[in-house]
Amino acid sequence: MNDNEHILKHIAKEGSAGYDRKIMDYIHNAATHGLYEIRGMGAKRAVPNFDDLVLLGASLSRYPLEGYREKCSTKTILGTRFASKPIELEIPITIAGMSFGALSANVKESLGRAATELGTSTTTGDGGMTAEERQSSKTLVYQCLPSRYGFNPDDVRRADAIEIVIGQGAKPGGGGMLLGQKISPRVAKMRTLPEGIDQRSACRHPDWTGPDDLVIKIHELREMTDWEKPIYVKVGATRTFHDVKLAVHAGADVIVVDGMQGGTAATQTCFIEHVGIPTLAALRQAVDALEDLNMKGKVQLIISGGVRTGADVAKALAMGADAVAIGQGVLYALGCNHDAYTLDGVVHSACNDYEQLGTAAGYCHHCHTGRCPVGITTQDEQLAQRLMPDLGAKRLKNYLKTLNMELTTLARACGKQNVHHLEREDLAAMTIEAAAMARLPLAGTDWIPGV
Amino acid sequence: MDSLSFDLAATPLRDLNRFLHQDAVTQGIKQVTVLHPDGAHNIAVGLSAPVAVDIEGHAGYYAAGMLKHGIVTIHGNAGTGVAENMMSGKVHVKGFASVSAGASAHGGLLVVDGDTSLRCGISLKGGDIVVGGSVGSFSGFMAQAGRMVICGNAGDALGDSLYEAVIYVRGTIKSLGADARIEDMTESDYQAVGELLAAAGYTYDAHEFKRVASAKSLYHWNADANQEY
Repeated sequence: MNDNEHILKHIAKEGSAGYDRKIMDYIHNAATHGLYEIRGMGAKRAVPNFDDLVLLGASLSRYPLEGYREKCSTKTILGTRFASKPIELEIPITIAGMSFGALSANVKESLGRAATELGTSTTTGDGGMTAEERQSSKTLVYQCLPSRYGFNPDDVRRADAIEIVIGQGAKPGGGGMLLGQKISPRVAKMRTLPEGIDQRSACRHPDWTGPDDLVIKIHELREMTDWEKPIYVKVGATRTFHDVKLAVHAGADVIVVDGMQGGTAATQTCFIEHVGIPTLAALRQAVDALEDLNMKGKVQLIISGGVRTGADVAKALAMGADAVAIGQGVLYALGCNHDAYTLDGVVHSACNDYEQLGTAAGYCHHCHTGRCPVGITTQDEQLAQRLMPDLGAKRLKNYLKTLNMELTTLARACGKQNVHHLEREDLAAMTIEAAAMARLPLAGTDWIPGV
Repeated sequence: MDSLSFDLAATPLRDLNRFLHQDAVTQGIKQVTVLHPDGAHNIAVGLSAPVAVDIEGHAGYYAAGMLKHGIVTIHGNAGTGVAENMMSGKVHVKGFASVSAGASAHGGLLVVDGDTSLRCGISLKGGDIVVGGSVGSFSGFMAQAGRMVICGNAGDALGDSLYEAVIYVRGTIKSLGADARIEDMTESDYQAVGELLAAAGYTYDAHEFKRVASAKSLYHWNADANQEY
């Protein structure tokens, strides 16, 4: 082979940065089907996240606490602004809203049991409140969503807090699409829909249209529950600084900010990957807004969207969150994307089921199909048996307990006897992007980009 | 004593609602009159007892919101979201109603003697709405179940993205929304309209009404429908 032939051969296999395999597949699919992709899970693209921050453990200038001897409090109280019955949690890690319909009843029960055992809360979702969920959850947050599926005053009164959902991190500004295969008889009944149709959820509430209306809507919910229950307002992370300010003005007790790494049961990929801002940036903006209004500590802040580990929780709290909410991580803890499931004590391979979906364990994002190989995001009775509440609760409890142990051990290393004493001073950034978004100094420097 | 008056010019709304939630039944009160409402918001929200509430004037937002069992009569106009998410019972607005009247109601009967503004019956989940006058644009938007009877005219995009809800209109329809179509009235439709008119206190002939329901062409997602959703 001469030099010219060698060069030509090399060029012949040279890919394009702008039109890589992924974008070519997208174009081929779009051209073939004339459809955009609807899928579950969260963003797959890499964005600055909590891994880009480090905690500054104590050395000489700070004094650490003994990891295995000295106590570190994790008690968390939410909703102290107006509610006569604020939420008291043993740990600052809560379970994010995920709907019955997207998830099976067994999963909802698992969430409730694990949360109750660990003294934290779980949250309903677009499908309304199930009896299993209420029964198994000591502390249950009831979502008031734009669709109002199954929303009713009896359940509002049975809840411990109410979360008005305005947006979701995976799709700020967008509604939902629960494909027909997941509209089982029970889901259809709860949502007042015919079985098997593709169910569209509204992107905005039917009876209020802006922050001025929201003030009165919040009052309505307070009035009908005799001002007992905390009112959360959940926003998808976009213009977070302004949204948080408006939510505070509207009278929220607690604000939930869901970053772009948040998951979804089914929505357009273009939304998941291209709308919203990373959790890191949103958290900083939310804290800025609360501090600007002198409401830090008076209105509590929950951050969600890609919180996975105890280190993530510690960093979120250090940045100014009062608690975190976890959705996707919870599903993984239950066995999402695992290559096997356990039925009657016997471990079975799920590989063939993944293959039938056209995917493999570790890569599955097919929540929208209702054919979850490990029985989590399904309404199929046979598949749902693959995750029984006992096992689900045990796995989730282990996961949350691990997170809490990691959180406290890191907090003690920073010299804190209370995880809520973690502060921005305990953090540094590993990349310029993370430093700019979180407004933290680049590690080893006092340089904060843009400040 | 089985009736009581609350004068909102002198008594906080909180006292009225607390009484309706907690004390009305235990004290055997069957009828409550609300004086000087003056457009106050959230009057009688979350009432879950068979108590009749008469609001002697105009009510603000969400009057009788999430009602269950009660009967609320507004002797005036109603603001945004009157009877929103009502579960059962009856709400009667003697005047006009603002936007989103009866939004996402699951049951019960909402009667508005005058006109209603935009999005009347939006996301209706199963209640019945009878409007003596006309309704604004996007009424019945994404309504899933339940019935609407409109004695006057309907604005633009009536019944856009309907599911199983049915709308009966006596007057003109400015335009139908996506997937909504006019269908032939059946005997059961005439009977339903007649019963709803009677329950609302109207004497129109059911044969004057036409039926609007979903063509069901959007029950399954269809890329070729493009912006027609």
